[in-house]
Amino acid sequence: MTISGVALLAICTLLGGFLGDLLGSALGVKANVGGVGIAMLLLIAARLWLTRRGLMTAGVKFGVEFWGALYIPIVVAMAAQQNVLVAARSGPLVVIAGVAAVLVCFATVALISRIGKKGETMDEIEAKARARTPSAGEPTV
Amino acid sequence: MEILKHALSANALLTAFAVVGLVMWLSNAISKRLLFGRVHGSAIAIVIGLAAAFAAGLWTGGDKGVVDIPVFAGIGLMGGAMLRDFAIVATAFEVDVVQARKAGAVGALALALGTILPFIVGSLIAVAFGYTDAVSITTIGAGAVTYIVGPVTGAALGASSAVMALSIATGVFKAVLVMVGTPIVAKAIGLDNPRSAMVFGGLMGTVSGVSGGLAATDRRLVPYGALTATFHTGLGCLVAPSILYLIVRGIVGG
Repeated sequence: MTISGVALLAICTLLGGFLGDLLGSALGVKANVGGVGIAMLLLIAARLWLTRRGLMTAGVKFGVEFWGALYIPIVVAMAAQQNVLVAARSGPLVVIAGVAAVLVCFATVALISRIGKKGETMDEIEAKARARTPSAGEPTV
Repeated sequence: MEILKHALSANALLTAFAVVGLVMWLSNAISKRLLFGRVHGSAIAIVIGLAAAFAAGLWTGGDKGVVDIPVFAGIGLMGGAMLRDFAIVATAFEVDVVQARKAGAVGALALALGTILPFIVGSLIAVAFGYTDAVSITTIGAGAVTYIVGPVTGAALGASSAVMALSIATGVFKAVLVMVGTPIVAKAIGLDNPRSAMVFGGLMGTVSGVSGGLAATDRRLVPYGALTATFHTGLGCLVAPSILYLIVRGIVGG
């Protein structure tokens, strides 16, 4: 049933929110601490459990995935209700913070990619896969 | 006209679905036809959303973007905290745990660095721009992680709408930069194998930035990058309003 997927998602989100509030008050912060993150972990755990028991029906999957697919449009709606006018007045902060964060991350990717053994490139992996299948040529998928 | 207005306001949430759907469709068309897939459609849609909020702010003088226009009130419900959290949690469903384990220690390291480094950069710049309270600094720092972590953190900590908008704008700007910049720097940072793609996804974080940037670099790398990137937002939402906020509060006080 589709509604069981939606209900599962709602239960995980509500429980995550509740645990986040609980964690917040335990830490003495007047805020929800990681409620969304906890809810995500709960949902992953629920999916593994349901799959193992063979209870993961197409309906359940659809009920959850439908909302996951709506996440970008919802973020668009969220962007459309922000106080952009005020943010624009302090424009340089956005540009500087964005550029700096991206540059630091690019540099770190370069660094980590060079540490340790070099992985096989996609070209090498594909070449190997092609060599393994005797009927080389275009994959017929 | 009055009757149309009534029909739209009486079904506010449906109006929001229709309007946002049109914006998404338009953005994908712009992405495909004008920019040849260089910038992901979702990034364009978010920029249109922010621009609309800017225009609405000028027009109505309010502080809630297009929601201050009665016909668009449903956007407030659609993009509000309830449905936003609901949809973000749903994306966790796509994470493949077995695959994720293969990313191993290096993926975890990239995820940790990918959350902490942008956060430090964003926070320092927030301080440089004169923000002194821990909530604003944390929210802007979180925005430099991704445009989801920013508002989730801001909402959890009770940041002002202006700071939230700054935080989202920073995250969106970062996502756009990642999309456009990745194909340019791909060779220089060794982005030609699954391992470095997973490192890349963990560090960059923004799912739309990573998938857009990798798609423009080498389509085959997309799933590897997206795999670690999907953990990124959850991790950020978990640590930014909690551990990172407490650290910031410990440093600046209050």
